Amino acid sequence: MLGFILRRLLLVIPTLLGVAVAVFFLIRVMPGDVVVVKLRADGATVTQETIDAERKRLGLDKPISAQFVDYMVGLTRLDLGKSLWTGDSVAKEIAVRFPVSFQVAIMATIIALLIAIPLGTLSALYRNTWIDYATRIFAVAGLAVPSFWLGMLIILALLSWFNWLPKIGYVSIFEDPITNLSALFWPALSVGYRYAAVATRMMRSALLEVLREDYIRTAKAKGLYKSLITRRHALKNALLPVVTVIGLEFAFLIGGLVVTEQVFNLNGIGKLFVDAATRGDFNLLQGLVLLIAVTFVIVNLIVDVLYAFLDPRIRLK
Amino acid sequence: MADTTSSSRPDAFAAELPKRPNPIWAFMKSQPLGMLGLAIIMVYVVFALFAPWIAPYDPEAIDFSAMTAPPSREHLFGTDQFGRDVFTRLVYGAQTALAVGILSSLVGCSLGAVIGAASGYFGGRIDTIIQRVVDVMLSFPIIVLAMVVVAVLGRNQVGGIDVNLIVAISLPILPKMARIARSSTLSIAAMPYIDAARAAGFSHTRIILRHILPNIIAPYLIMLTAFIAQAILLEASLSFLGLGVTEPTPAWGLMLSGGSADFYKEAPWMIVFPGLAITFAVFAFNMFGDSLRDWLDPKMRG
Repeated sequence: MLGFILRRLLLVIPTLLGVAVAVFFLIRVMPGDVVVVKLRADGATVTQETIDAERKRLGLDKPISAQFVDYMVGLTRLDLGKSLWTGDSVAKEIAVRFPVSFQVAIMATIIALLIAIPLGTLSALYRNTWIDYATRIFAVAGLAVPSFWLGMLIILALLSWFNWLPKIGYVSIFEDPITNLSALFWPALSVGYRYAAVATRMMRSALLEVLREDYIRTAKAKGLYKSLITRRHALKNALLPVVTVIGLEFAFLIGGLVVTEQVFNLNGIGKLFVDAATRGDFNLLQGLVLLIAVTFVIVNLIVDVLYAFLDPRIRLK
Repeated sequence: MADTTSSSRPDAFAAELPKRPNPIWAFMKSQPLGMLGLAIIMVYVVFALFAPWIAPYDPEAIDFSAMTAPPSREHLFGTDQFGRDVFTRLVYGAQTALAVGILSSLVGCSLGAVIGAASGYFGGRIDTIIQRVVDVMLSFPIIVLAMVVVAVLGRNQVGGIDVNLIVAISLPILPKMARIARSSTLSIAAMPYIDAARAAGFSHTRIILRHILPNIIAPYLIMLTAFIAQAILLEASLSFLGLGVTEPTPAWGLMLSGGSADFYKEAPWMIVFPGLAITFAVFAFNMFGDSLRDWLDPKMRG
């Protein structure tokens, strides 16, 4: 097991290096000019002199190789530069916003699994009944409904039925868990719906496949209770593919978060990212993209390890 | 009696040989959900093509006497905070959604297919390099990649369409298609007819374009439809965030971004209908894509 984790960790290194290089080139070498975008966002008049002055100030007049060395050296010390907008260090800006987004992401995953596992199981066990049809409609809709629109509908429903809205402003879960959860539950629900839909579909098809296996028939022939077969033999094996969904859908979770934080006015990574993109704050943008890509790689690593942990066939290969 | 023999023989043959089913009819019969998707797509296409004749108002006409008017006979889906007719803007919004969705998916999938086919065909070092680049591109969530491209490139309107928006949406699609095209190419590249083409002295370009790409048309078409759905969703998200289509162009995502939470309760029609338009469009292309996959390539199911 340890050997498997180590091998998998070694494979991550080139990907992370590649990500770091890609982020650098994406922002500096692409045909557009971040400086022009930034100046326009600042509302300044764009002349050649202002462009040159701004380039010099930001160190963009140096040759690209020198800039690249600076950037990579900075990365090894976790120095991501300063935000062009607030002047604070990028690492600090990110650290302040990270807990909100992290909590919403975790809550969305939990909500999704709490919905998907029972629903997918029922749908497979009662195949081609109204339960199954209702579940499938729920799942198909989940792929089509934009998460930010679902968030707006949730706000609309809360407003018109309860005349209540979650408090604006983030309170840590350790300070005041009730306020925290009552505010973050709704964005987690709107982001988690797509997740739940995909996981439900996966759960249903995986369980249907497992139920056709010989060992299920053997268990039935032995005269085991149906509930025991489902729990001990079928569900355990059907859960494996659902774990992969967590890794595959993580990208959509982040995407949903970026837009949904805007709807709920949450001061998280997603909102910071949108602000950085609209203002042309490319130092911040660079740090955020790096963070998101690294998180994505790590989540997939965790899923792989989890998978190997759950399925001995993989780690022994 | 004499003519029975002459006429019964062809009849007997006709009974033995099953009539070859019309492929379109066969698709309709075996994939009812796909047909539903196609029907919805057709409605949107008609909206987009004949918008000036279908929409009752001018999409940019501001009417201060009818601000946030509820749905009525004059304004089917109500009006927004500028008094613009919501139904009219939804109809015109279909133009934006379809143009951006179809173009981005087409560009991303076509480039991805060529790159993936080349990667699988050449193998070796070229394959390794392309696959590493694809790996890296796949570790960015699609919306993140698209937002960075929009932020760096700025805007570039050509003929009413933001070219940079198309670039931004097609870039994340490219590596996904390249992955799929590569795996399909690997099995085709091992076929004897590829060896024959090599032996005949054809150039690599010719083999890729004339012998490999036509054989991966099925996965290409399937992914093309699936990615139109994603591209429409992505365009709506970007426009909602203020990074995509800009006012006063009618676009569904943009229609959702106008009001703050105070508006929701006052004028729910302003957010309900544009969201439904996005949902149905994504649903339709998803359904059609799924059915296309089941019908063209049952192996890809799962």
